[in-house]
Amino acid sequence: MFKLLKPLRRRWPQAAAVTALSLLVLSPAQAAEAIKVGLVAALSGQSAKSGEALTRGLTIAIDEINAAGGILGQPVELIRRDDESNPAKGMLAARELIQREEVTVLFGGLDTPVSLAIVPLANQMKVPFMGIWAAGTGITHNGAEDNYVFRVSAMDEIVDEALVQYGIDEYNMQKPGMLLINNPWGESNEKGFRHALETRDMPYAGIERIESSDLDVIPQLTRLKNAGADTLLMVGNVGPSAQVVKSLDRMEWDVPVVSHWGPAGGRFSELAGPNASRVHFIQTYVFTEHNSAKGDQVLSALKSTYPEIETLADITPAVGIANAYDGMHLAALAIEQAGNTEGPAVRDGFYAIDEYQGLIKDYKQPFTTEQHDALGPQDYIFTHFVDGSIVPVKP
Amino acid sequence: MITAALISGLGLGSMYALLALGFHITYVVSRTVNFAQGSAMMVGAVLGYSFYITWGWPIWLAVPMTLTLCAVYGLAVERFLVRPFSSRGSEAWLMATVAAGILVDNLAMFTFGKEPRQFTSELTNTGVTLLGANISVLQMLIPVIGAAIALALLLVRRYTRLGKVLEACVQNPQAAMLMGIRVNRVVAIAFAVSAVFAAIAGMLIAPLFNVSAEMGTLFGLKAFAVAILGGISSASGVFLAGLLFGLVEALVTIYFGSAFTQIFTFGLVILALALRPNGLFGSKTMVKV
Repeated sequence: MFKLLKPLRRRWPQAAAVTALSLLVLSPAQAAEAIKVGLVAALSGQSAKSGEALTRGLTIAIDEINAAGGILGQPVELIRRDDESNPAKGMLAARELIQREEVTVLFGGLDTPVSLAIVPLANQMKVPFMGIWAAGTGITHNGAEDNYVFRVSAMDEIVDEALVQYGIDEYNMQKPGMLLINNPWGESNEKGFRHALETRDMPYAGIERIESSDLDVIPQLTRLKNAGADTLLMVGNVGPSAQVVKSLDRMEWDVPVVSHWGPAGGRFSELAGPNASRVHFIQTYVFTEHNSAKGDQVLSALKSTYPEIETLADITPAVGIANAYDGMHLAALAIEQAGNTEGPAVRDGFYAIDEYQGLIKDYKQPFTTEQHDALGPQDYIFTHFVDGSIVPVKP
Repeated sequence: MITAALISGLGLGSMYALLALGFHITYVVSRTVNFAQGSAMMVGAVLGYSFYITWGWPIWLAVPMTLTLCAVYGLAVERFLVRPFSSRGSEAWLMATVAAGILVDNLAMFTFGKEPRQFTSELTNTGVTLLGANISVLQMLIPVIGAAIALALLLVRRYTRLGKVLEACVQNPQAAMLMGIRVNRVVAIAFAVSAVFAAIAGMLIAPLFNVSAEMGTLFGLKAFAVAILGGISSASGVFLAGLLFGLVEALVTIYFGSAFTQIFTFGLVILALALRPNGLFGSKTMVKV
């Protein structure tokens, strides 16, 4: 043993010098304990691409933050958990991230039912929960006295208003039919659509439910067609939305389809086939050939961090990346404002954010005690799939 | 418009029937079933997709290769998950096959990928107009293939030597063994055939739906309900129950709305079993003591 150590003993001055040098070159952020942020999202299953997009957006933002010295001099670390689009699994994952990993901010994924399951836990544990995709109205409008839930994403109630208005403006919609996914996200939008139609005194042909397991949506579409629907308002994830398009093709029913952003979460254009572009859906951001300076900066970072991203078609869905990117930077600003990682202080830190020049827009006091949603209807754009890429309907 | 929905219901029903016939054939021979039948369907669709779409094999090679591998899968299920338990009189094969289904689903997720893929087929793009509804060739083929397989199974059981061997194993396995019939081999063949039926269903339904690691779960569950509804020991009963189930699903959705589909269909299964505990077409099993 001592024989083995002998050469080291002779070289201890060099070893000591190397160690000292290493400590010197390590930035304070790298030397300090990391601030953990958590992501509970669908990393597998039909919505896996959404989890990948959120991860990429968060990672690019965290890389930028760490390169600039971290938050409060500490590096930021992302810890991910797969909710498999299952509320029970999402709830368990969130509890584990909060209690065992002690994350400072928790980010949510695509599925409204999962986020709705996490909301009471976040409020109870006093840990800020940032929604960066799920649009269910009840996520931020959860009725809690002490609300720890924020969102950088669309909100159903406002989206539904925008979808109805789009149908009227673009298709002269007079009697829409609704196709809603059979879960709390669908219910949330049913309320929004009903309200938007009631305020316009507009009748509707019917409300039909679709499921992820539906092999065929022809019976539901038949009911809506027979009831005189002139436009379809659709809310569903990738799988069922694609089934709607395929069933419409089989029925040869050429009806406009205005959709929430479910189709953006996966391989919609492949699953729906050649007529995928008939579905016009809402987004908060798309990368194009002509981006803002911030857009180009993020696009360049994406390409260098993820070499598999070569063209704009490879960054589908952009909305997840953009929401996550801005959400992470806003959370970083909130922690800086708080001066520590305690939940109540960070929550108040969100209210104290004055300004942030983000990817989606320039935020000016994005959050107040009454307003926990950073994005509004003016931030929505209508898009569709063209050759596998999401592009704005109106360039 | 109702024509399209009815054709769609018939096609769906045929798929339930094919899977349920898989339950039927192993049950009559061995009084055991493969609860991973839904996963066998997924394996068929995934292999078919990989051979035909990903690797670009011709259809005449991709389909037989898929069916052969699925038959091997069925043999493996019987040899390693059913026989070790059933030969000792244990019912643990039930849990073993459920666990195998979950295992296979997860393996598919890791190897095939997490996202659903589209199984493109010319058969879905070409169609005919029938009573005002546009029906694809595949939609028309599905019930025909389903009925042909059910009929073939019936004819094999009635008129071939293999059928007589099967019948002997069904009626009295001990006596069949004494007469030189290798009962274990017959049971293994039944499991292979069961997996092949599931693979055919998977490959037929994939172009209308999509291919994913999770696609077989609900199908397997509904097919088991169909098998019980039809009377699991009656092949024709199981097939008719499959068609009935698919049609009821389509009709309930058209007349009452999609929110009521599952409530009505599974409610009817419960009602039917309450009135006829041995299934709509099954007969009471005699137990000699």
